Amino acid sequence: MTEAGRAWPEAPLIFERSQPGRRAGRVPDYGLPPPELPSDLRRKRPPRLPEVSEPELVRHITALADRTFGVDTGFYPLGSCTMKHNPRVNERVARLPGFRDLHPLQEDEGAQGALELMWQLQEILSEIAGLPAVTLQPAAGSQGELTGLMLMRAYFADRDEARDTIITPDTAHGTNPASVTMAGYELEKVETDARGNLDLGNLRAKVNERTAGLMLTNPSTLGLFDEGIEEVAAIFHDAGALLYYDGANLNAVVGISRPGDMGFDIVHYNLHKTFSQPHGGGGPGGGPVAVRASIEPFLPAPRVVRDGDTYRLDFDVPKSIGRVRGFAGPFGVFVRSYAFMRAYGPALREMSEAAVLNANYVLAGLRDVYELPYDRHCMHEFVLSARSLKREHGVTALDVAKRLMDYGIHPPTVYFPLVVPEALMIEPTETEPKERLDAFVEAMRRIAEEAATSPEVLHEAPHGRPVRRLDEVRAAKQPVVRHDFGEQEIATAH
Amino acid sequence: MGYLSLTDADREAMLAAIGVSSVAELFEQIPAGVRLGRELDVPPALSELELVSHLSELAGRNAHTGVELSFLGAGIYEHYVPAVVDVLLSRGEFLTAYTPYQPEMSQGVLQAIFEYQTVICELTGMDVSNASGYDGTTVAADACFVAKHTSERAKVVLAETLNPQVRQVVKTYARGFGLDVVEVGHRDGITDADELGAAAADAAAVIFQQPNFFGCLEPAVDLAAAASEAGAHSIAHVDLMTLGVLEAPGEYGCAMAIGEGQSAGCPPLYGGPHYGFFAARREFIRRMPGRIVGETVDADGRRAYVLTLQTREQHIRREKATSNITTNQTLLALAGLVTLSWLGPEGLREVGATCTALAQYARERVPLEPAFEAASFKEVAFRTPLPAREVVRRARELGVHPGYALGRDYEGMQDVLLVAVTEKRTPADIDRLADVLGEVCR
Repeated sequence: MTEAGRAWPEAPLIFERSQPGRRAGRVPDYGLPPPELPSDLRRKRPPRLPEVSEPELVRHITALADRTFGVDTGFYPLGSCTMKHNPRVNERVARLPGFRDLHPLQEDEGAQGALELMWQLQEILSEIAGLPAVTLQPAAGSQGELTGLMLMRAYFADRDEARDTIITPDTAHGTNPASVTMAGYELEKVETDARGNLDLGNLRAKVNERTAGLMLTNPSTLGLFDEGIEEVAAIFHDAGALLYYDGANLNAVVGISRPGDMGFDIVHYNLHKTFSQPHGGGGPGGGPVAVRASIEPFLPAPRVVRDGDTYRLDFDVPKSIGRVRGFAGPFGVFVRSYAFMRAYGPALREMSEAAVLNANYVLAGLRDVYELPYDRHCMHEFVLSARSLKREHGVTALDVAKRLMDYGIHPPTVYFPLVVPEALMIEPTETEPKERLDAFVEAMRRIAEEAATSPEVLHEAPHGRPVRRLDEVRAAKQPVVRHDFGEQEIATAH
Repeated sequence: MGYLSLTDADREAMLAAIGVSSVAELFEQIPAGVRLGRELDVPPALSELELVSHLSELAGRNAHTGVELSFLGAGIYEHYVPAVVDVLLSRGEFLTAYTPYQPEMSQGVLQAIFEYQTVICELTGMDVSNASGYDGTTVAADACFVAKHTSERAKVVLAETLNPQVRQVVKTYARGFGLDVVEVGHRDGITDADELGAAAADAAAVIFQQPNFFGCLEPAVDLAAAASEAGAHSIAHVDLMTLGVLEAPGEYGCAMAIGEGQSAGCPPLYGGPHYGFFAARREFIRRMPGRIVGETVDADGRRAYVLTLQTREQHIRREKATSNITTNQTLLALAGLVTLSWLGPEGLREVGATCTALAQYARERVPLEPAFEAASFKEVAFRTPLPAREVVRRARELGVHPGYALGRDYEGMQDVLLVAVTEKRTPADIDRLADVLGEVCR
C-alpha cells in the first residue's frame, strides 16, 4: 500500500470545458415553421447549458466515474445499505424495448407483460413477508415508511379511533422519526436493553390507547435480531396498536423468518438493498409495502390485480389513502428485482445465510481489537466501537473510516446507530468472497496498530484519493450550490 | 448460485473461525416461533439464459412505441435519449455506488450532482436545486411542506390544469402535513389569474403547470403575479425540455420551480424510475428537502464537493427534518445532466421549436376540432365525435395509439383526446395519425 497513491488529473466542471458554438446533439429539421410564442412567455436569455462536443462529453463523464468508488470498484461494507453485487443481466432485461419504450398510460391490454411481471413480483414479495397484500407504488424505503404510517392513520380513522403516537427505538434510522412527523404523528422513543433488544419494561410503560404503532427494524440497526419480538408484538396488539417493519435489514432473514410471522402488520421492502436494484450513486430505489388483510382496503391505488388470465390496474379502491407516487411505481426497479428473485428462486434463503455468515466471520476477526458493545452473534451486519482507540490514542471512528480508503476499501457507516459511541457499522453482504473479507479484517487490524504507532497518519487520511479531507463547515456556512458563471455568457444567444 | 462467492471449503474455515458448527447456529437468536421452517414458496430458479428468455417473453407482450405509433404524453414524453446516456450510466462506478457520504470516495458523483444542480438552476432561473426527488408528483408534495413551514398558512391552491396525478399525491401528503387543498378550475383550458389570486388569499402556496396538462400555454406571468400579490408562494411545475424556448419561472417571479425530469434523459419505462427536480430561490435554501451538494476546499485548498446543509436532513435532524427522503434518483438525474449537455442551449431550443411546430402541424392536419383555443406546446387536445376511449380502442386496432382520453381524469371531458408529439414523431407520423383518426371518427 502506498501513502501517495496514484496521481489524479484535474477535473474541471463541464461548464469550464464549454466553448461557444460547440455542440454534440442535433435535432431533426422537418422543415416546419415553429409558431410564434406569446412574447411574455418566450425565453429572453438562453440557458447557459454546457456547449461541448460528444467526445469531450464522454471524457468528462468518464473522468467523473473514475473519481467515484462503487461496488464494482471494491469492497463497500456500508452498514445498513446492503451494497451487494448488482447482476448485469438485470440491466440487460430492464432495457428490453417492450419495457423501456412502454408508456405508463398504455391501455392495460397493451401492457399485459408488464402487469404480469408486477403481479408476480407482488406474489413473491407477499410470500417473503408472510403478508397477503402488496402495493408496489412507493419510490423508496422512506416513502414506504410514510405510506405505512398513512395506512395506520387511515385504518384507525376508519375505526373511529383517535391515536396520535408512534413509538420508535433509540436505534432507529433517522427516516423513521422524519416520516412520523410528515405523517402528522407524535414521536415516542423506547430504549434498548443490555442485550440490544427493545427494553420490554420501558416499552410496556409507553404503550397505551394513544399509541398507533411501533416502527421497528428487525434485525435492528445493531445487526441483532430482537429476541423478544413475540412479546413486543403482543404488547402492541393487546393495546389495539399496529406494528410496522422497516425492511432495511431484510437481507438477513429472507426465507428464514418472515415479518408477518413475527407479528408485523405493515412491512416495507428496499428493493435497492435486498433485491439488488443498483444504488446509482444515491438512487433510484423501490419501497413496496405489504400488509395484513385488515389493512388492504387502504392501500394506494392503482393496484395490479389478476382476473383469470389477464391483469389490470385497479383504481377502484374506495378507502385508499390515495396515490403516493406517479403511475404504479418505479417499473424498471421491478424488472431488476424480479429478475434477481427469479435467478435465486427458493435459494433466496442461501443469500441471507451467506450474508449472515460473512458478517459473523468479519466480526470474529475484529472483536479482539475493536469494542463490541453487544456481545452476541450478529445477523447480516454488526456495530463496533472505536471508543478505546479514541480514549487511548485520540483516533476516532472517522479517522478509521478515512484510513480505510487508503487500503482501497469504502468505509463502513460511521456514528450510527446513535446509541453506540464512535460507531462503525459494517455490512459485508453475501456476494463478497472470503479473500475480500480477509483483506478487510487485515486492513482494520493494521489501522488499529497504526492508531498506536502513528496516529497522525490516521488523522490526515486519506492520502491516496483525489482530494484530502474537506472543509465541510465552510460548505454549510457559505453555501455554493451551483456554478457561478460570473460574466460568462454564451455566444449562441438569439 | 453465481451471485455468491463462498466455496464449501471457505464455509468450513469461516464457521471454524467464528466458533460455530453450522450456519444454523448463527440464526438461533431468532425465536423458534417466528422461524419459517420450510422452503419459500416462490417460482424455481432460472439460469441467466432462461431469465432472458422469460423476461423477453413478458416484454414481448407489451405494445411499446417500437411496435405501435404512439401519441401518448400526459406527463410522460418520449423525447430522444442520446446513446451516450446509456453508455455513461452503465459505468459501474456510478451504477453501483450509493449516496456520497464519504466525499473523498465520491468526488465524481458529487461533481456530477453539482453540475446537475447548476443545469436545473439555469433552466428554471432559480438559485438552488436539490440532487433530485422521486418524481414530478412527490416534489410537489415536498414544495407544499416547504411552503407550510415558511408561511403561517395552512392551505395550498392547485390549478385544475396541473397534472391530476400530481394533485392526487399532494392531497395524500397534505393530510399528514395538516394542509387543506383547494383546486381552481380552468376556463377554456387555461387558468384565470383573478380566480387563482382570489383562492390564494390565505394560501401558503399556489401550484400551476406550464405548459399545462392539456398542453396549453398558461398565462404564467399573470398567474405568478396573482399568487404573489395574495401573499402565497408561487410554484411552477415545468417541463425541462420546454425551457429552451419558454421563459424560466425565476424570471417571472416564482418562488419555486418543480417538475418531472423524465422528458430529459429517461425512457417512459412504464412509469419509472425517473427523477423529480426541485429548485427554489435562495431564501428557501435551509428549508429545502433532499440532498444538496456544495462546493468547498480540501485540506490542501483544492476545490472539492460535498453533501451540504445536512442539518436539514433526517439522519441529523430526525423528527425535525425538512423531509424523510434518503434514497433519491441520482442516476436518473445524471441522465438528465448528460442529455441536456449533449443538447446544449441550441439543441434544447431546437427541441422546443420542433415540438411546437409539430403540435401546430397536428392541429392543422388532424380532422378534429381543437378542444381549447389557447396556444399549444407539444400537446393538443381535440374534441372527438364519440367517446375518446372508444377512439383510442379503434385506433389501436389500426396500429396507432392516438393519445390520452382526458375523461379518465376530468369529468365532462369524455370526448376529449390529448395528442402528444415530440421530435421523435415526424410529419409523416402525424399524417398517419390524421388518417387513422379520420377513419375511426367517421
